[in-house]
Amino acid sequence: MNLFAETLLWFADPIHWTGSDGIPTRLAQHVGVTVTVIAIAGAIALPIGAWMGHTRRGEATIAALVNGSRALPTLGLVTLFALWLGIGVRAPMVALVILAIPSIVAATYSGISSAWRPAVEAARALGHTSWQTLTRIEAPLAMPTIGGGFQSALLQVVATATIAAYVADVGLGRYIFAGLKSRDYPEMLAGSMLTIMLALLVTGAAAGVGRLYRCLTTNEGKPQ
Amino acid sequence: MSWVAANTTQIIGLLLAHVAITIPAIVLSVAVAVPLGRFAHASGRARGGILATTGILYAIPSLPMLILIPAVFGLPLRSAATMIIALTVYGVALLARTAADAFASVPGEVAAAATATGHTSGARFLHVELPLAMPVLIAGTRVVAMSTIGLATIGALIGIPSLGSLLTDGFQRGIAAEVATGIVLTLALAAVVDGSLWLAGRNSQPWIRVAGPVGSVAA
Repeated sequence: MNLFAETLLWFADPIHWTGSDGIPTRLAQHVGVTVTVIAIAGAIALPIGAWMGHTRRGEATIAALVNGSRALPTLGLVTLFALWLGIGVRAPMVALVILAIPSIVAATYSGISSAWRPAVEAARALGHTSWQTLTRIEAPLAMPTIGGGFQSALLQVVATATIAAYVADVGLGRYIFAGLKSRDYPEMLAGSMLTIMLALLVTGAAAGVGRLYRCLTTNEGKPQ
Repeated sequence: MSWVAANTTQIIGLLLAHVAITIPAIVLSVAVAVPLGRFAHASGRARGGILATTGILYAIPSLPMLILIPAVFGLPLRSAATMIIALTVYGVALLARTAADAFASVPGEVAAAATATGHTSGARFLHVELPLAMPVLIAGTRVVAMSTIGLATIGALIGIPSLGSLLTDGFQRGIAAEVATGIVLTLALAAVVDGSLWLAGRNSQPWIRVAGPVGSVAA
């Protein structure tokens, strides 16, 4: 029988839609891990990027960080932390947080530090404190760039969360690893298709949110 | 690091396997993405379609991609060809936009002058546009090389040997030194390739050292 037909049959089997290994559960875990990781990474990366961008310090450090992180093998971080922290969801989450931080820090730095200078200087001249300048002038101007950083981090995490299933009983990647172990190609393909669909859905949704934001804020905070 | 000393032969073999997968993938990415980017730049309508398609391809997670490719192309699951195809898809997706931007950065009057002095479109591409687009193309290729070398480790999950095998093997046997070796060697290989590309980029634009950045030549 054709491989893709068998995969369709896998999807049609009601047993794959219920229980702790059912598609709804795995999907919820995958999304849950992704959202948690992005929230933690954002909480760490935003203040660092904002401070560096506001003081315009550390551009070379950020460039090196972003460049180096491109070649950093995700699988290496996931397995290394799994050896240290043990099997479970904690290790891959730490690895994913580390992976998500560079793009958010870099985007925040770039957005804040390239906020339109005359606006920043005018705010200072009007007596804004450093904090007020950051939160009222630089941050709103940087929003589209920061959003872009979150978007690429989100994409990366939702894709890489698949690999978390290598060391933890979590997410849509479980179908791929279970299928690999039992040489069940249809199951592997089903898991792959689910992950791909989720990734594309998230990409589309993120792009949609970005467009909506631009629509709502056109001509506000976009000088020149 | 006694583990490293005791397993040098295996480590070198995996390093070579990693190189044998990533170098063809990087070369293929450039060979496909540069003409594709040039075409996207030339045709306004094709540009949107090409960039949208590469954007979608780039969003596909790597492990599912490795499972999907053998099913679509009828390849055996654990073949180096699968890995090279997947890495090339990501490489092209990363580089096509940069390549389109690189050709867009070539000043129109320079291209027009080349045509006026009798360059055929082929000669104009090779002798005028390509050299002027080179700095941006090299920068894009460096990004592709870094991500390709890191990504190739994923193949170990389905049994394609590379430095990634040190990560999976080290994890299964509980040897942290083996995992660390895999990470360090992957980063080191990336740094070496990155450095070579930087050097190649410098040597391919001798005018930079004579006349300053490309922009000043064009102005």
